[in-house]
Parts: sequence; structure tokens; C-alpha cells
Amino acid sequence: MIPGTYLPTEYLPILIMLLFATGFGVVTLWVGRFFRLRRPYAEKLIAYESGNPPSAPPRFRFSIKFYLIAILFVVFDVEAIFLYPWALVYDKIGIFAVVEMFLFIFLLLVGYAYAWRKEALEWER
Amino acid sequence: MVQLLFFYFALVVIGLGLRIVTCKNPVHSVLLMLLLFFHMAGLYLLLNAEFLAAVQVIVYAGAILVLYLFVLFLVNLREEIKMSPFVQKGKWAGLVAALALLITFLRGVFNFTLGPHGQYTIEKVQQITHTKAMGEAIYTTYILPFEIAGLILLVAVIGGLALAKKEDKGA
Repeated sequence: MIPGTYLPTEYLPILIMLLFATGFGVVTLWVGRFFRLRRPYAEKLIAYESGNPPSAPPRFRFSIKFYLIAILFVVFDVEAIFLYPWALVYDKIGIFAVVEMFLFIFLLLVGYAYAWRKEALEWER
Repeated sequence: MVQLLFFYFALVVIGLGLRIVTCKNPVHSVLLMLLLFFHMAGLYLLLNAEFLAAVQVIVYAGAILVLYLFVLFLVNLREEIKMSPFVQKGKWAGLVAALALLITFLRGVFNFTLGPHGQYTIEKVQQITHTKAMGEAIYTTYILPFEIAGLILLVAVIGGLALAKKEDKGA
């Protein structure tokens, strides 16, 4: 078989679901334009109920703490991804696969321990 | 039909890529990138790389995009938006890098031949599933790159923490 000559047809349901999900959002918002009333006036345009009017531009500089959490999440996400193919083949490769995966996990465990010691997992104020 | 799908995905990826680098609002760029990642996943699916397609959606669309967003929030955006989107300094270095990349790509294109390459033919991949085929390849032939990947992740954790973490008082 040559790539590009056949379709991965077993993924058709996922494609249909994606199309429906996108279509639902787009169509409901778009069709609603023809039915909803749009009569804005000053009182209607202020923040709803007890919402406050913005006191500063919303794009201020975020605390770096969020970034730390994000990078830790990405790193351990990638680690978890590597476990999937490994879990499927480790019985075939044997003890060698177990050792190499534990080496890999150990490497990230060092990172985890470092993060723990640095108290990156604590949410200081 | 396959060609049609491929051209759709490829054209959208190229178009979105151009739009992303020319977009003035970086947040829009990131949101367009989400769409780009999904189309990349479609391209991977056409190449029989189901696992890569899933990882593309889970890791890139789910995790790495969040990282991009946080990087955007860390820099002060209001000045960035007013700036011209293209870097003015180091124009020539950028041009050289782009040309080198182009030559690498073109060499890949011209050296490409149709038909099966290596041990994993499409029939085999389909029979044992892509995830399993990839696992076999990673955990036997490509152990060293795999462990190096682990090391790079470790460097990312330690580097990120060392740069961004406030040193405790005393302890």
C-alpha cells in the first residue's frame, strides 16, 4: 500500500463529531442573529448585575507562577504520553523495556523532586 | 478524495501558518494555532500515524498552546500589538536561517521516493497498530533519543524553575 491512496475510514466518526461540534457553535450563534433583538442602550451595556466596570486594562502582566505550573504540566504530560506506547510493548521487549522506562521516569522524578524542594508546587501569595 | 483531503489540510496549514506570523494580535495567533494543530493532526491521520495525531491534539492543542498563552501573558502585550509584526533586527540572519531550512526541505522533497521504506510497511503498521509499531521502534532501536528526550524534559523543569522561581528567604 502506498500512503495517500486510501482513507483512514475508521476515523470518520471523529471527523463527523468535530464537524457537528464546530457546526453547532457556529450555526447557533449565526442563526440567532436573525431572531434575537438588538436594542442596546446605555444602561443595558453596563456590566451585568453586580459586575464591576473594569478598573484596569485586562492585559496586565501575569504572575510567573502560572507559567511555572504550565511548564510542569507540559513536562509531565509528555512523560505520560511516552508511557502509552511503552505500555503496549513492554511485555514483548521484556526486562530491558522496564529498565529503560524506569530510567526515564527516574530522570523526571529528579525534576519532580527538584520542583518539590524548590516549593514550586506550593501556591504562595 | 484522499488528494482532496490532503490538499485541504495542507493548504489550511500553510494559510494559517502565514496568517499566524502576520497577525498583529498575538492572542489571535495562538487561537489560529489551535486550528492549525487540528489540521496537522488530520495530516498525520492521512499518513497512518494515528498515535501522532492523537498526541498532536492532546499535547500540542492541550498543553503546549497553554504554555504559549502564558508566555504571551508574561510579556507586555500592549506595546507588542503596536509594533510591526516582523522583526527588523537580524533580518539577514533570519533570511539565512530560512534559506537553510528551505534547502533542507527541498532536499527532503527531491530525495523522496514512493513505496515502502525500512522495516515498518503500512501493512505491518496497520496490522499491529501504529502505537505498538512506534513503541517497538522507540523502545528498541531509538532508546538513546528517548532517554535524551527525558533529559531535555528534566532540563526544562530545572531551567524553568531556576529562572522563574523566587528564592526562599533562608530555607
